[in-house]
Amino acid sequence: MGKKITIEPITRVEGHGKVTIHLDDNNQVAQSRFHIVEFRGFERFVQGRPYWEAPVLVQRLCGICPVSHHLAAAKALDVIVGVGPDGLTPVGEKMRRLMHYGQMFQSHALHFFHLVSPDLLFGVDADPAIRNVIGVALKFKDLAVQGVMMRKYGQEVIRATAGKKIHGTGAIPGGINKNLSIEERDEFLNGADPLNIEQMLTWSQAAVDLFKDYHSKNKDFIDGFAEFPSNHLSLVRKDGALDLYHGVLRAVDTDGNRILDDVDYQDYLSHIREEVKSWSYMKFPFLTHIGKKDGWYRVGPLARLNTCDFIDTPMAQKEFETFKAYTDGKPNNMSMHFHWARLIELLHSAEKIKELLNDPDLQSTDLVAKGTKVNEGVGLIEAPRGTLFHHYKINENDQIEMANLIVSTTHNNEPMNRAVESVARNTIAGNAEITEGMLNSVEVAIRAYDPCLSCATHAIGQMPLEIDLYDAAGNLIDKKSRNA
Amino acid sequence: MSEQITFTIDGKQCTAEKGDTIVAAAKKNGVYIPTLCDFEGLKPAATCRVCTVKVNGAPTTACSATVSQGVEIESNTEEITNIRKAVVEMMFVEGNHFCPACEKSGSCDLQALCYKYQMMVPRYDFTFPRKELDATSPKLLIEKNRCILCKRCVRSSITTNGKSLFAVAKRGNKTVIQMDKTLAADLSEEQAKEAMELCPVGAILKKETGFVTPIGQRKYDAAPIGSDIESNA
Repeated sequence: MGKKITIEPITRVEGHGKVTIHLDDNNQVAQSRFHIVEFRGFERFVQGRPYWEAPVLVQRLCGICPVSHHLAAAKALDVIVGVGPDGLTPVGEKMRRLMHYGQMFQSHALHFFHLVSPDLLFGVDADPAIRNVIGVALKFKDLAVQGVMMRKYGQEVIRATAGKKIHGTGAIPGGINKNLSIEERDEFLNGADPLNIEQMLTWSQAAVDLFKDYHSKNKDFIDGFAEFPSNHLSLVRKDGALDLYHGVLRAVDTDGNRILDDVDYQDYLSHIREEVKSWSYMKFPFLTHIGKKDGWYRVGPLARLNTCDFIDTPMAQKEFETFKAYTDGKPNNMSMHFHWARLIELLHSAEKIKELLNDPDLQSTDLVAKGTKVNEGVGLIEAPRGTLFHHYKINENDQIEMANLIVSTTHNNEPMNRAVESVARNTIAGNAEITEGMLNSVEVAIRAYDPCLSCATHAIGQMPLEIDLYDAAGNLIDKKSRNA
Repeated sequence: MSEQITFTIDGKQCTAEKGDTIVAAAKKNGVYIPTLCDFEGLKPAATCRVCTVKVNGAPTTACSATVSQGVEIESNTEEITNIRKAVVEMMFVEGNHFCPACEKSGSCDLQALCYKYQMMVPRYDFTFPRKELDATSPKLLIEKNRCILCKRCVRSSITTNGKSLFAVAKRGNKTVIQMDKTLAADLSEEQAKEAMELCPVGAILKKETGFVTPIGQRKYDAAPIGSDIESNA
């Protein structure tokens, strides 16, 4: 008799979701799905609000990377107030960039050190009682402390630029509401150990090296686990450099051919559509000209390193060259290499923070640019988890009448489903008994994408996952679940 | 020279001029009595009741009552503090106050009093009234969800051509502040700014200026409400 496995809640990810896996009479996978079961509706209740409220209101989608929503909304409003995506004053753009790199730095550090490291340090099938952040803190104290302090440094950068570590107000339509004082700058550059930029650079490089060392000893797992071909999409700077704050939209296919060639994102609706499926609150985006079946793509660190041509900071560029050489310059389709790419971005973010801190433009007082108002604007940014779209229309009274948000995790919906299916077929199928380690493998695959399910459905909650096991007749015969 | 009188607030010997309101007299002696509807230069209305004190044991509003020779005033007692906190809580449940996305957050008198009285969860049920946001004026918007009906705006001199810009409409729990749309269309930038600054909450807002003051520089970021008065004690 067939079975259905349900994993709920999924742990060590942001938000709430579950996985179901249907097995046939021979315990082979008939169907697997990654469900997002939460609903919030920010796009609806932002309607009617004054447009300048959006960056502060919409960022409440999330407590993990509110800066991404704050900045994407502000970028859309830059267009609405007639400044355009390229019209900010130098201090306006650079303060926002500093905020964003601080956000990227803390989010990537959190993900690697707190959410992922237990799987790598203890093993995917280790005892869950130690395979967690407390286990890491007890056995690998230095690493755990690094994770905490790197996150703290990034959060302090956010506080200095946005006013608060979480849910600040720094970015306003057309610019920023404060600059960086000399005292704040000097604290970030030369603060007491370990909270200074040189220590952050050292630890970031060490994190990349840690992953590479693990990779060299676990090649089969890191390369073969949840590997599948896909398209990749991200912003890139106009000259092809990795740019996490602004650029043009580029997509490549699994062989590296351009399938979206540096297009202006104001026109995103011509290139991207979203499909709705009845079993998930999360939509399924795809490239319009390729279609639903083959037009899906991955976003996030792996996609960004697959689409960009180079990185404009030396330490990250050196690691980027090694990363690209591993796949002979072709797109990298290995899900676990998300971690490698994420850590290269961690290093890049630290380098960018240092570069910006040494830029005297950050002490300028020309904070806001003015323009002629229009009624519609689109803002895109590369959030830690991938490309984030904010699109607003306003009425003649300055009230928002339409909002469309496509968040990073939504783009990765189909890829995460593929990753779950890959693990289900390779790890779970054919086994009479489902072990806890097998269930964690499914979560490991999802975790690689660093999903934020709260944002993706504009939903709330910690991110639990459950697995249900159904027989061929659809009867629930086994259920494994854990609290987050 | 005005006649000087003496009295006590919570046992403290105080001096003021005859005819001073209790709020003004307390301020001169370094004692903060909270107010929301009261505003310097406007005739007292005593609508919000948050300035409630006891004078010789009888409750009264300190913004409208004048001080008299020899009276004993109770202000920062447990009983009075609880009354003030209850008043603030009633204002919260009678409107729709979402501080996290409000541009007045950090500079809002109501929010500041909530912090002062450590309101965590109101003792009353939320009423979740359906109220509208009027954004039809080119320079001002009225967010009626946040209005506490203090009527500062109605009593103020915010007028164009001698006519009142704001007025009270409807009655009872349907009462709302309305803005004359014809007059609002001709407001100057300064008048719009004056109207916003007069409002103790985030109900009257000058358009397109939200969040320009960074966190850390807002009205109550550095010190709690009333501390400027108490520092003169």
